[in-house]
Amino acid sequence: MEPLIRVRGLTKRFGNGCSRCPESTGPDSETNRCSDCGTVIACNDVNFNLYRDEALGIVGESGSGKSTLVRLLHFEWEATAGRFEISREAGLGEIPGLFNGGGSSRNLLELNTFSKRLIRNALMGIVYQNPNLGLRMQVSSGGNVAERLLGGGWRNIAAMRKRTADLLERTEIPVERMDEPPSNFSGGMQQRVQIAKALSNNPLILFLDEVTTGLDLSVQARVLDLIRTLRREYRLSMLVVSHDLGVINLLCQRTMVMKNGRVVEAGLTDQILQDPQHRYTQLLVASQL
Amino acid sequence: MISVENLSKQFTLHILNDKCIEACRGISFSVPAGGFLGLAGPSGAGKSTVLKCIYRTYLPSGGAVRYDSAGYGTVDLTTLSDRRMIEIRTREIGYVSQFLKVIPRVSAVEVIMEPIIARNGVTREEARERAIGLLERLRIPRTLFDAYPSTFSGGEQQRINIAHAIGWRPRLLLLDEPTASLDRESVAIVKEMLRELRDEGTTMVGIFHDTELMESMTDSVYRVC
Repeated sequence: MEPLIRVRGLTKRFGNGCSRCPESTGPDSETNRCSDCGTVIACNDVNFNLYRDEALGIVGESGSGKSTLVRLLHFEWEATAGRFEISREAGLGEIPGLFNGGGSSRNLLELNTFSKRLIRNALMGIVYQNPNLGLRMQVSSGGNVAERLLGGGWRNIAAMRKRTADLLERTEIPVERMDEPPSNFSGGMQQRVQIAKALSNNPLILFLDEVTTGLDLSVQARVLDLIRTLRREYRLSMLVVSHDLGVINLLCQRTMVMKNGRVVEAGLTDQILQDPQHRYTQLLVASQL
Repeated sequence: MISVENLSKQFTLHILNDKCIEACRGISFSVPAGGFLGLAGPSGAGKSTVLKCIYRTYLPSGGAVRYDSAGYGTVDLTTLSDRRMIEIRTREIGYVSQFLKVIPRVSAVEVIMEPIIARNGVTREEARERAIGLLERLRIPRTLFDAYPSTFSGGEQQRINIAHAIGWRPRLLLLDEPTASLDRESVAIVKEMLRELRDEGTTMVGIFHDTELMESMTDSVYRVC
């Protein structure tokens, strides 16, 4: 089976870089910052495939590069280098110049802003740890979802309202509160509005960036259960970024471990947790409560 | 159906100054399709390690595990890609672990239903009926069907474990001490269910602490030491 997306050599550098950067940064040097030139290498040479209907976990501590990875794939930041391709099965054939006759697209990172936005709206949904990043707090929650629908080409207000109500119901938010701003909601509810918004355009890929970090335990449980159910129902592909191994274990069958910008280990989640190979992964697993 | 060739497993514990612990060495055996092999040996000998190496929960240090996959032909499970391994686990190989892997807030009946729906392509109603059938046979009280297994007794958890692994009728079933916490009647029922699965063609490799039980169920026994 062909992967839905293919990522090769993805790299993000803050600074001009120098010849010594690759050796002086990374898990062995235990730093992201080159001691010679001061450049920060947030993420270096990341390679992976993501398939349909699978959840890939990315685990690592602060500074590992995991959120950077998501920002790059979500076209929020410009990559320094690398390739990001989607398969023709993603159904974006109508975007001109995207496929050039092959089964796999050209490098999405090289596209112009307009095409990137089209692809992002059609293909991706994202849920951030901080709901302030994903939602406009002073706009009604229904309005937040509708904004995305508008971006996806919806124009009929009645249809949009119905779709929004369906999504809020699906994410267990009382529909009567559709016209209230998310600033009135609890943390867990705000996350669920983000999820509703992320799903509004029927994305193929969902990015979840530390979505339950900071939430109360019972709230976290509810959000995670919702994510599991939705993934099954909509056959979503998900990139789950977390520093919490429990969350990764619950949601993902495959996992990548990152440290100081590099992937140090990747494999089946149960193998990563029960038979970790890399020194850092062993430390991480041993540190679990 | 499955052939283990000179399998060995060592653990290198970096956080203990790279201490190397050998879990098993030189394991070789083969099981014909429809056969049932027992793994015997003292505690700590490496029996669970062998099963986990087959299932790829552990990465073998050496050797090969040749498996006759329905989907991919004869493959070496130790070198298979992660994706393929997931496919094979989903569609062909079942695993009854020694300890219940608890997915929180999923009821007993749902735990058993999920793999049946995913693998056998039946409707939710049908899967639910099959799951209930298994629970009734395993003498789990009706009141517990919609309860969460994390609150069950050890023996009940183990029966849920078994039902979860056999409900979808895998091609190859790996069993790690499936009857350790069960009373005599439950053991008899599990024995019968495994026999039925065998009659349908499932191949099995199992660890049993009860040698008499093992000898009554398996075709042959391999000693791990």
